[in-house]
Amino acid sequence: MVDKLFRTTLFWATLVFVLTESALVFIIVKFRGKPGDPEPKQVHGNTMVEVIWTAIPALVLAMIAVPTVRTIFRTYEIPTGADVLQVEVIGHQWWWEFRYPQLGLTTANELHVPVGRTVALKMITQDVLHSFWIPQLAGKRDVFPNRSTTLWFKAEEAGDYPGQCAEFCGIQHGRMAFQVIAQTTDEFAGYVSRMEATGAVSPAAPAAPPADSTAAKPAAAAPALTTTTLAATAPAAPDTAAGAQLFMMKGCIGCHSLNATKPMGIGPNLAGIGQRLYIAAGWLKNTDANLANWIQHPQTVKHGVLMPDLGVTPAEAQSLVVYLRQH
Amino acid sequence: MATSVLDHAGAAGIHPEKTGFLSWITTVDHKKIGILYGASAFIFFLIGGLEALVIRLQLMKPDNNLVSPEFYNQLFTMHGTTMIFLAVMPLSAMFFNFMIPLLIGARDVAFPRLNAFSYWVFLAGGLFLNSSFLFNAAPNGGWFGYANLSSKQYSPGLNMDFWAIGLQILGIASLAAGVNFFVTIINMRAPGMKLIRMPVFAWMTLITQLLVLLSFPVITVALILLMFDRLFGTNFFVPLGGGDTMLWQHLFWVFGHPEVYILILPAFGIISEVLPVFSRKPLFGYTAMVFSGCFIAFLGFGVWAHHMFSTGMGPIADSVFALATMLIAIPTGVKIFNWMGTVWGGSIQMKTPMYFALGFIAMFIMGGLSGVMHSAAPADLQQTDSYFVVAHFHYVLFGGSIFALTAGAYYWWPKMFGHMLDEGLGKLHFWLMLIGFNLTFFPMHIVGLEGMPRRVYTYPAGLGFESLNRLETYGALILGFSFLVFIFNVIKSTRSKVHAPADPWNGATLEWAIPSPPQEFNFPVIPTVHGRDAFWEEKRAHGGMMPEPPRVSGAGIHLPNPSYWPFMAAVGVLLLFIALLHHDGKFGPLYIFGAVSVLFYSIFHWVFEPAEG
Repeated sequence: MVDKLFRTTLFWATLVFVLTESALVFIIVKFRGKPGDPEPKQVHGNTMVEVIWTAIPALVLAMIAVPTVRTIFRTYEIPTGADVLQVEVIGHQWWWEFRYPQLGLTTANELHVPVGRTVALKMITQDVLHSFWIPQLAGKRDVFPNRSTTLWFKAEEAGDYPGQCAEFCGIQHGRMAFQVIAQTTDEFAGYVSRMEATGAVSPAAPAAPPADSTAAKPAAAAPALTTTTLAATAPAAPDTAAGAQLFMMKGCIGCHSLNATKPMGIGPNLAGIGQRLYIAAGWLKNTDANLANWIQHPQTVKHGVLMPDLGVTPAEAQSLVVYLRQH
Repeated sequence: MATSVLDHAGAAGIHPEKTGFLSWITTVDHKKIGILYGASAFIFFLIGGLEALVIRLQLMKPDNNLVSPEFYNQLFTMHGTTMIFLAVMPLSAMFFNFMIPLLIGARDVAFPRLNAFSYWVFLAGGLFLNSSFLFNAAPNGGWFGYANLSSKQYSPGLNMDFWAIGLQILGIASLAAGVNFFVTIINMRAPGMKLIRMPVFAWMTLITQLLVLLSFPVITVALILLMFDRLFGTNFFVPLGGGDTMLWQHLFWVFGHPEVYILILPAFGIISEVLPVFSRKPLFGYTAMVFSGCFIAFLGFGVWAHHMFSTGMGPIADSVFALATMLIAIPTGVKIFNWMGTVWGGSIQMKTPMYFALGFIAMFIMGGLSGVMHSAAPADLQQTDSYFVVAHFHYVLFGGSIFALTAGAYYWWPKMFGHMLDEGLGKLHFWLMLIGFNLTFFPMHIVGLEGMPRRVYTYPAGLGFESLNRLETYGALILGFSFLVFIFNVIKSTRSKVHAPADPWNGATLEWAIPSPPQEFNFPVIPTVHGRDAFWEEKRAHGGMMPEPPRVSGAGIHLPNPSYWPFMAAVGVLLLFIALLHHDGKFGPLYIFGAVSVLFYSIFHWVFEPAEG
């Protein structure tokens, strides 16, 4: 619909462009003066001609104006109904938080949606103005601190759609991207159940390291480890249990939840981080090397972010990566 | 005054021009002030251009690290602020100053000392803004300074203080000049120069001053509120304190959109002077040109919210502002067609100013059409804040304003400096600028539509932005080089001194009737005007080109005296705003008291300065 409007305006703009620019070139060639030419006829104007070239642009504009107004009203009709997937978007310097109120899930920087289903966004920001933009799916909508704005879209084809903040929002405005991942209904259901499962291994109970259940396969010695032995063994063999310990000791847990069912912490929710395509708000590929680097040197990788350099060693970072890959 | 002229008159009885350094500080001559404006603005233009080149080099390849994100944000903020307030506006002011009294047959502007004051305050504002680089605290919140990023909480440094205060200083300069030129054009026209006989450049200048007078108070208010938020802890734009971020956007764009016409209407005026002269044919549809200019200015106050479609104002507001914006295309179209009608049937003289004027039409059509595309609000939701909009406004402000100002520079250079610029180098400048400009900005339409947002310090590889961004950077380098050609042309021509006759182009307007450069008093005898294109009429009555007018004695002609006080008052203004930056320091009140003393002392002396020297 918006696409059609764009093509209408582009058509008229191109047509007028070609006609006027050709006329200009024609005039320049045709009326080029030669030395010794007599003074040309002194014409001061022509009312008829001027009326015509006032009226024709007015008509062209009418051709654009009518579909414009019609489309404006249509885009403001926010879809409702049980079939609409509601998503709350919260802008942060410089990442995106997504909440699914119908599903009770929270995630960050990667928005999974089912193909063919309308997604209605209700957006607000935690700090400064941002603007939510998925170029291939919908136009921009600014995000404000003191009032919520709305936007809706429907992905017709499965795939990854890059998105990006479009309102200048400070030092890392350029690194405030996100992904929309449109999936078939079945895949989306699978995603939802995986995210719901992160609630079961809740790091909200830090006394029982979640490593117990998830790390059983790769790390046999894990349950027996104490904090002191951890420091000695971790550099040699990065493992999930060590990562779980570090996640708490280094203070990661203070800001990041690994539980998609509980929106807590001031940093991005990390439930499902292991499978995400990107880290650091959509700009680094989620490889082990990138993730380790990001954990060790956030202020180098993305200067200005809230996450401080915590003095994580390379070996510790390896363990954290292994741990996070389980989530 | 009269006696001093006689005392100093040379052997030939010709009043010798004062040329020392102090003569520039104390000058109240509109022509010297015009040259000061031009020289300062051109230097700021080069600084803004260098900032743009660094921006382009940073964006030349994905994930580039040429500059830090923080410095990049300073660069694009200062690039925009500089080009708008320190380059295009004062370059227009150069022509207002130098040309308006000549075009309307006057000896000077209405308030010569106020004119000097405007210039010095402008220079103070420009230096103040750019001095922020010395403290590594250049403004970094965008030329639009959106709340609440500009608040103390999210921009804690001095950066945005420099911005909010610097723009207030520049606002004082613009308002003073606005009053001056409005009164000058209304009151100082030569006998017979009715409004409807004025050259179109004078008309566009008049309208521009009206826009300045009506829109600058709005931004001044907004800046004062922002300054209070930042310096004194008020909450006008702080949501947590009950303030509203949308309020800033409305105030800013109520100023910001008329500002666009403040930047482009003088360009329309220049083009309307250049095209007839080099087509040897009067302007087609003079009345329509004047009224379409008025109409554009009037509508310009009713379209500000088209900068805010993405805020989601609701369908009614969106529709109203979309339709009002489309309406502006009609008078703008009239202008373009009338310019083409002017050239139609003419005898085109392909001199450098004409190249730039025709280039202006071709580029401005492009910017106008992408503007119409923006007016379709739902489609604009894709285009706004992307590189598409960067392309659009550069086609209007560079392809429009800068092309026209360059046309004006080549056109009026002989009159201003008394020697001709080199035609060959001028044409080389044109072709390099045209090619460089289009290579830089046309691809931005495409990357914008492909989803590249603006104001990002880098972009990831793999989204398809790489090759076009590289092309844009090459274009920018060519564009930058074209201005080196211009500078070379100026130096070479100044040295070789090909003396310009009074009327090198067979000009239509009064400035060509007097020697190049004009004498201090402009016209030995104030001309009487009998119709439009006054000098053409005179030449027609005379039966051909006029003989070279002699340089004559200005004995007995009353001219305003040079004065230190406009300069000193401007220093006072600058000190006052610097003191505001330091208001919470130990000696804050003392600084403010000192600055106010300088300002008031200067104004006092200014007021009681004797009219006769």
